[in-house]
Parts: sequence; C-alpha cells; structure tokens
Amino acid sequence: MTDRIELVQNAAGRMVPALANGKPQIPYLGVGQYEPHGRKAAPPVRSSKDYPENGDKRVADLEAALRNCGLRDGMVISNHHHLRDGDSVALMALQAAARIGVKDLMWFPSASFPSQKGAIELMEAGTIHHIEGSMNGPLGEYATQGKMRGMGVLRSHGGRWQAIQDGEVHIDVAVIAAPTADAFGNADGSHGKSACGSLGFALADSIYADRVIVVTDHLVAFPCIPWQIQGNHVDFVVEVPSIGDPAKIVSGTTQITRSPDRLRIAEFVACFLRDAGIMRDGFSFQAGAGGIALAFVDYLRRLMKESGVKARFVRGGSTKYLVELLQEGLTDYILDGQTFDLDGVKSIAGDPRHVATSPFTSYNYHGKGNFASMVDAVVLGATEVDVNFNANVVTHSDGRLLHGIGGWQNCLAAKCTILAVPSFRDRIPVIVDEVTTLTGPGELIDVVATERGIAINPRRQDLIDALKGSNLPIRPIQDIKAEVERICGGKPARPKLGDRPVAVVKWVDGTVLDAVWQIG
Amino acid sequence: MATEETKKRVCCAEAGRWGQDVRSDLHVALEPRDRGGVEITLESRVSLYYGDSIRGQTCQVLESLGVRHVKISIHDEGALPFVIAARIETAVKRAGLGNEIKSLPEKVALSAPSRRDRLRRSRLYLPGSEPKYFINAGLHGPDAIILDLEDSVHPAEKDSARILVRNALRAVEFGACERMVRINQLPLGLQDLAEVIPESPDVVLIPKVEHPGQVAEVDRMIGELKTRSGINRPIWIMPIVESALGIENAFAIASVSSNVCAITIGLEDYTADLGVVKTSDGRESFYARAKLVNAARAAGVQAIDSVFSDVGDMDGLRRWGENSRAMGFEGMGCLHPAQIRVIHETFAPSPAEIDKALKIVAAFEEAQQKGLAVVSLGSKMIDPPVVERARNLVARANQMGKA
Repeated sequence: MTDRIELVQNAAGRMVPALANGKPQIPYLGVGQYEPHGRKAAPPVRSSKDYPENGDKRVADLEAALRNCGLRDGMVISNHHHLRDGDSVALMALQAAARIGVKDLMWFPSASFPSQKGAIELMEAGTIHHIEGSMNGPLGEYATQGKMRGMGVLRSHGGRWQAIQDGEVHIDVAVIAAPTADAFGNADGSHGKSACGSLGFALADSIYADRVIVVTDHLVAFPCIPWQIQGNHVDFVVEVPSIGDPAKIVSGTTQITRSPDRLRIAEFVACFLRDAGIMRDGFSFQAGAGGIALAFVDYLRRLMKESGVKARFVRGGSTKYLVELLQEGLTDYILDGQTFDLDGVKSIAGDPRHVATSPFTSYNYHGKGNFASMVDAVVLGATEVDVNFNANVVTHSDGRLLHGIGGWQNCLAAKCTILAVPSFRDRIPVIVDEVTTLTGPGELIDVVATERGIAINPRRQDLIDALKGSNLPIRPIQDIKAEVERICGGKPARPKLGDRPVAVVKWVDGTVLDAVWQIG
Repeated sequence: MATEETKKRVCCAEAGRWGQDVRSDLHVALEPRDRGGVEITLESRVSLYYGDSIRGQTCQVLESLGVRHVKISIHDEGALPFVIAARIETAVKRAGLGNEIKSLPEKVALSAPSRRDRLRRSRLYLPGSEPKYFINAGLHGPDAIILDLEDSVHPAEKDSARILVRNALRAVEFGACERMVRINQLPLGLQDLAEVIPESPDVVLIPKVEHPGQVAEVDRMIGELKTRSGINRPIWIMPIVESALGIENAFAIASVSSNVCAITIGLEDYTADLGVVKTSDGRESFYARAKLVNAARAAGVQAIDSVFSDVGDMDGLRRWGENSRAMGFEGMGCLHPAQIRVIHETFAPSPAEIDKALKIVAAFEEAQQKGLAVVSLGSKMIDPPVVERARNLVARANQMGKA
C-alpha cells in the first residue's frame, strides 16, 4: 500500500481512488446515472448426490466445516450482523480459519461491532488481509490510521446485496449465525435463546456464496419453522454451545431519549409529517432505533390517534414502539429489516403482520424496484449536513470512521427524507459548509430538523408550500447555521485529512461516492 | 487595594469541572508566577475545531483581568465561550488576582423590558453551576427561566456560579423568556446582586423571606446598583416564602415595595418547617397556599405556586396545576422542560370558559352601547364583578394566544 493511489474526481466533485483492492472502481456519476449491465452472479451448480440423503449436514466443529469448504489463502469469508455487539460466531469462524493456517482472507461482514476488535489481531497476524464492511470503534480506528493492508469498502445494506448480486464481491464461504436451525440448514432468527428476529442480512450470503455454513446454538428436529434461510443453500451445519451474548443481541427495552432538546426535534418531525399532509390514511414511514427516532414514533403515534389516521405499513428496525403501533391497529404491517429489542423479537416470532424483510426486497438498487422508494417518509440521523443538504453518516467531523452506512443511503430514496439532528454536539456545529465524508447526495435529502428549527431543501418547493400555514419553525438552513456558529463562537476549523485513502464509500449503485482518508 | 496583602494571598487555584460525564463545561487550573508570560496547556474534545479559538480566548481573558504571568491548564469538554470566560475568571479570582475586574463576554441584545403583570405560568429552574442546561433552555418556551444561585449550587461554588450566571445573562439568548435570578439569602445574596444586577435580569427571586424588611433591603440594593450601572428598565422582585412565619407575614412581604411583581411559596422548606410530609395533593399546605393567594391579591401582585418535583408524573403535575389554578395561582415552577407544556395547558382557561367570558364581555359592551345599566346574558343578570372577571380572563387568554 505504499504505492501512490491514482485519484479521480467524481460527479460530486470528490477525489476518489480509481482502484480499490486491485479492482477498478467507477467514480460516482450522479443519482440514477450509472447503467448496470451483464447478468447476475451465481454460485456453482451442486448435486444432491453429494449431500446426505437424510438431510443431516452436521459436522463436528467450525474448523472441520471450513476445511470441508476448502477454505484457502485469499478467499472471502462473510458474516451477518443480526447478533450485533453480542455476536460470537464471526470471530469464532475467523479464529478457526487462523488455526487452519489460511492467510489474507477478505472478511466481508454485513457490519462489524466493537466486540469484534479481535479481528485486529487477525489482521496483524496476516489471517485477514482487509475488511469490506462497516467499521467503527477499535476497527474503525485501526482502518483510519491506515494500518489495514487493503482498502476498506463501505457499502449500504442494499449496496452489499448489489455488490454480491452483481458479482463485484464473490463470497467463497458464508458463515451464518442462526438462533434456530435444523440439521438440513434451514434457519430462523426469531426463536431460540439467542433470538435476534430477522435474518435478512444473511440472505444474499446464503444464495450467492460458493459454500454456506450455518452455526447454531439451538438445533431443532427438521423442519425448522419458519425458515428464513433455506437449507437447500447450506453445505454444513455446526452446533455450538452459544452463538452470542443475548444481553447484547437485543436490548431488553429500547429507551426513548430523555434529552429535552432531542425530544423537541422528535416532536418537530412528527408534526412536520402531519402538517405536510404526509401523515394520512394508508401512509408509510421508517425510523431507526436511535433516541430521537424512537421518540418520533411515540409522538407520531399520538398525532395519528388524534387524527384517527392509520398507516398501511411501517419499516423497521423494529422496537417496542413500532410493535405498539401494530398492536393498537395504527399500522397494518411492520416490514422489518432488523429487530432491536425483546418486544420486536416476540412480535416477529408471533405476529404474522410483522414480516421479516431482506436488503433484496427493501434496498437493492439493482433490482426491479425496492421498498425504500415507496416509503412516504423516513427519519434518519447524520454526523454532519452541509448547506446543500449533502450529509455524512460514516465519519466523525474529524474524518475518523464512526458508523456503518447501514440502510441509511438506501432510505434516501423515500418520498420525504428527514434528517433529525441536534444543531451542535459538544460545541461542534452539525450544519457545515462542506461535509467531511459525503455519504448522501443533498438532492435526496429533503428536510433537516434541529432543535432550533426545520430547514426544507429549496428543491422541495412542494413541501415548502405545504408547510406555509404551519406553526413549526421553518427556517433557511443558512439561518440555522449562522445562529449555531454565533453560539459556538465562530466557525469550527477544518480538520486536516491525510492524502492516502484508507476506505471508499460506495453509492447504492456500486460507484464510489467518496473516500475516507488516513489520519494519524 | 493593599498590595502587600494581595500579593501574599496569590496562590494556585482551580475552577470548573471536567470528565467523561461532564458536558459544555471545562476545568481550569491556574499557577501564577512572577515571570515567563502565559503558558497554556489545553486538552479539549473539540481541540481540532476550536483549539486555537480557546487558546486565543484564554489569552484575551487573562489579559483583561491583568494576569500576565501564569501557567494555565485547561481540560475542556466542549464549553461555549461564555463558560470558558467564566471559569477562567473564577480561577483567576480564586488565585487572588484580577480583583474588582470583570472579563465580560460579548453581549446579546436584550428582549423588551418585562411588565409587572406579564404572563408567568411557568418558570424553569436552571442550576447556576450547570452551563449545559442554559443554552437551549429558552427554546422550550417557558414564560421564564430562573438562573439559580441558591439551593442547587454547592456552598463552595457560589463564587463560580455567580460569575457564570452573570455571563449567561449577557451572552445567552433566552428568547421571549423572562430572565430571573434566584439569589442566596442575605447577606450572601448581596454579593449575588452586585454581580448580576448590572446585566439587567428581569426578576430577582429572594429565598426564605420571613419579614418585609428582607425584601426592602434587596429592593434598596437593586435600586442602588441600577443607578450605578445606569439601568433604567425594571427589575422586579419575587419573594419566596418558605416558612410558617413567612406565610403569616405574606401580605406585608408582598406589599412592601411596588417593585414586587409576584409572591411564591417553597413547599419543601415550608413542610419541613411544619414538620409534615409533603404529599402530591398538597393537603398539608392548603392553608399556606390559600393565605398566600389572598395576600397576593390584597397586595395587587401575582400568586405563583411552588414546583411539582416528580418530573416523571405528568398526570400528577396536571392535577396539581389544575388545583393550583382553581385556588387562584397564576403559575408554578418547573424543574424539567417536559413540565412546561402541561403547566401551560393547566393554567390556560378552557375553551368553554373563554367562550362564556367572551359572551359576557360582548353583552356588557352591547349594554354600554345601548346605555343600559343592567347587563344580561340570556335570562341571567350579570353583576359587575362577573364582567370584570370575564374581561380579565379574556385578556389572559389573549396573552396565551388562546382567545
């Protein structure tokens, strides 16, 4: 990585690497500008004659399973992150690979978590060459400091599906943690002691990987019902005492923020949906599991009751607040990408109106449409947003990796995209002249709601008109920015970023939207 | 100044707080020396963005306080400039330097002077030593904010809070809120007044008042300080009665000066004085509160209720507020912004009340026009006090934007 990396300027004016991990990259061309071509990738054709007729695909342990899969140097090994910070399976698999003695793996998780910092040792030891997937905490620090041998590739959930499907990333071995499974490999996330709800993030891996291993701590006799992962894709099943720490897989209860400022933002957003006429019978919305988003759902629920309005569907990350909507008849369905708390897990396991979705149905841009663009309003967070409504969600304003992209980029396709953010954090203004790392193009971001007022993107004259009679504090974004800079004692200095890219940020179509630069 | 003595008292000093859980504050450690100029060590979670700004401000504050040679070590947790200035000034004064000099932050425009009878439904308490609560307090729309120097401030931090509150009165935009300061009991409260009055608070709350003389003394002091600082907008006084004796003297206290705008009660101390348990329906303080309302009315000032301290119990707050309004109070205190809306709702007249009052006023005006001596609505005769009450109610509802 000492060679100079050639940079090109993309349509957003950002300098991005022309090559990442030896693969030529297409610089971002603008929203909807890139035309994909070719056919989808596919795993090799297999034959039933090579699999046990009794359906029992169990092997002794992960090491044996990985050997049977033919794991070799330089291969790609994948995991899903439904067990979040409680996951044990990813590290278990990577450590088993280290024991086998393979080197230079590309680890391809759907997201990584701080508890997986053991991957750093495996990178130092040479087992892992680099990670393509979200990195935060210690892994983010490691990558930002330029210590990883390869380049990080950050993709949205939909972008990960797109990359697998388009053949941009070929998974050699997928290791899927399953809270419940049978010996044939059918797997389900909503039952068992390590229940996590949906298993949607593992679906692409199960379909497109050359080899698939299911790891479970709750083996049931065939058939495992329901099967979110089909055993017909699975090569081996491994039983282990525990796939993770249940306390960290889902929270017992998700907490609404108690900060009065954040509650104010949440209420603004709920009222915005009402006053804009978005909250009407049969509408739909999506909000995450952050403190503001949860409070938003709670406020919106009150407004929906007041006006007697019902949603047709809401998109999860599900929490007890969405579950309450469902139970009170305020929505017909929850379409759930991931399940954050015990109420969510219980609901998805028992209520047929609470449906597990995957990045294919919800987010994949290279498909025949997806759900994200059908959602009436989505409420998201951001670390920074600029005066042209471009936003950053992957790095701190100092350029260090902070969050994965998650479904954030994909959600920007909603009919009304609202960023709900405090106007400053620790004296650092959130509205800036230019974002450190471009993660979302401003043309897709319609509203920025802060505790000091709500800014509507001038491109959305329809929303500006709709809000004309509203009591909400609608203000130009420059106005809010100027006020915050006055409070904070002037514009913040721009941190100096390095000149070596350590990661690329992909757009939903696989083009490169921006780069993350080495620091320190 | 006795320079010999001042020199002797110069020492190392600290001010402010830092740590993982601290937000929007900073810790300053100061080591005065004879030569070598100013040496700054800075650790800050925002140093990348505001490091140079903090260093620059530190030099400027020290210079304005006449401090030339000092080692200063700052742990900053994202404090805003008015807080940085206050903490450095506190450390400098604790070190025995910068006597009689203030380092004042840039001043924001003051809102219009406060009227004696303005709406005072809610007043949000802000502990005077917690700057993180100041900055957005006005956004939540209480009728007033109270920068508290009394019970929420540790005795060892009175000097520090006094400077911080003074800077907040200058530099923080509290929007349409009335800016109140609760001073300490006299004589400590006199030092508070000296620091804050030049920054034109709208109302001074005096705690634990038992005699009219205490109010008169504060009133006199405020008058002197106003003259000295050239302030000609009103600074009202709100005595807080917190004992049995105070309640018995409520009328004398409320009527001692035309600068008194309202009188209020502190129930924690009052129930402690009585030796009874404070309950959520307030049985034990019924007499005191009723007497206070009566005294206030007799003195022509507003009667304002205590706080409801269970900030999680909105139903309890609503019941308390409704009862409080029914007794004749015009507002109450709040400890959390979430209480503001409920309080505003409970102290607002109901649509039915407003409707009836509007009809009475209309009937009165019609009778006036027709030159009739008797006002009637439907088959009912309306007495003059009823008309008066209806007019007051409509006026209040207008202030609240309800009518």
